[in-house]
Amino acid sequence: MEWMSWTLPTALFFSGIAIILIGMTAWQIVSPSIERRGFIPLETTRGDRLFIGLLSSAFIHLAFVALTNADLAVATALCVIWMVILMRWG
Amino acid sequence: MQTKVENNKAWFLVMPVFLIVAFSAIIPLMTVVNYSVQDIFDPYTRYFVGTEWFKQVMLDSRLHEALLRQFIYSFTILAIEVPLGICVALMMPTKGRGASLALILVAIPLLIPWNVVGTIWQIFGRADIGLFGAFMAEIGVDYNYASNTTDAWLTVILMDVWHWTPLVALLCYSGLRAIPEVYYQAARIDQASRWAVFRHIQLPKLTNVLIIGVLLRFMDSFMIYTEPFVLTGGGPGSSTTFLSQSLVQQAIGQFDIGPAAAFSLVYFLIILLVCWVFYTTIMNMQKDK
Repeated sequence: MEWMSWTLPTALFFSGIAIILIGMTAWQIVSPSIERRGFIPLETTRGDRLFIGLLSSAFIHLAFVALTNADLAVATALCVIWMVILMRWG
Repeated sequence: MQTKVENNKAWFLVMPVFLIVAFSAIIPLMTVVNYSVQDIFDPYTRYFVGTEWFKQVMLDSRLHEALLRQFIYSFTILAIEVPLGICVALMMPTKGRGASLALILVAIPLLIPWNVVGTIWQIFGRADIGLFGAFMAEIGVDYNYASNTTDAWLTVILMDVWHWTPLVALLCYSGLRAIPEVYYQAARIDQASRWAVFRHIQLPKLTNVLIIGVLLRFMDSFMIYTEPFVLTGGGPGSSTTFLSQSLVQQAIGQFDIGPAAAFSLVYFLIILLVCWVFYTTIMNMQKDK
């Protein structure tokens, strides 16, 4: 694993993604997702909303890094709120 | 009533693909993420720098220009190759020896390796020994792809159109062959015009292959490296330096692994976003029908 040059923050990041994916799979098995239309003008499943949420969160973080000098934890907090809104009402 | 038996044995059949993708894509991608937050001097000396490389990459004007060029290039070739591919497919013979011959002829450019395509066009465009270059000189056009930006762009686009329109054409051809004859019979009974047949029968039936064609061509053209590198070397100046060439210069030329990894991730996210937008738009167009 040394060749992959792991760092603690990236290990935590990938562990987080893995836990989300395992959690979503378990959720899907227990109660299968049904396509619905929320505030996004598309019919989406839970997985679609997760994908949109993760991708938009990546861009929010990039915009934060490029345009501000604020602590990145602020961007992460905003993204968590955004993900909750998206998953519930998206 | 028959009940459908559900089991998960099919997952075992998917496992080999999953493992191959893990080794060829997921693990390298994770490694790139790890590189992107470190300053790497050699395999044993590296320092965590947080998001510094991302800031540098996001504010780099050379990369902004390369990104703009990349979008212009990809959308231009899509705007040419998709309609042209459909036209070629519509004109190809459907039966007999002519059909086989046309398929072989159309497929030939696809069989040529990228660097050879670059070399072919490099020679083809030269005024002294190339047919295209000599023809342009003959008709009095001052054409030189090595020193003129417009000519370089024209040649790079022509080269891609020549190389990849056959892919779109073959996909459309297979889509057209899959349309049952009864649709055409119904159109003849209704005395539908050629345009109406195309607009209401052929084009809707081609949607699926066009999704694949547009996605493949977008992703491929957005990652293009070899052909422009061989043809123009990114020049004149940096007028045909696209994203992958900038990335290679940074990663291999300058050995700036950290910034290059950050750049790769931004590049990856842009491709992911555009492909998702394309895919979702086209799939929703189908649903609305």
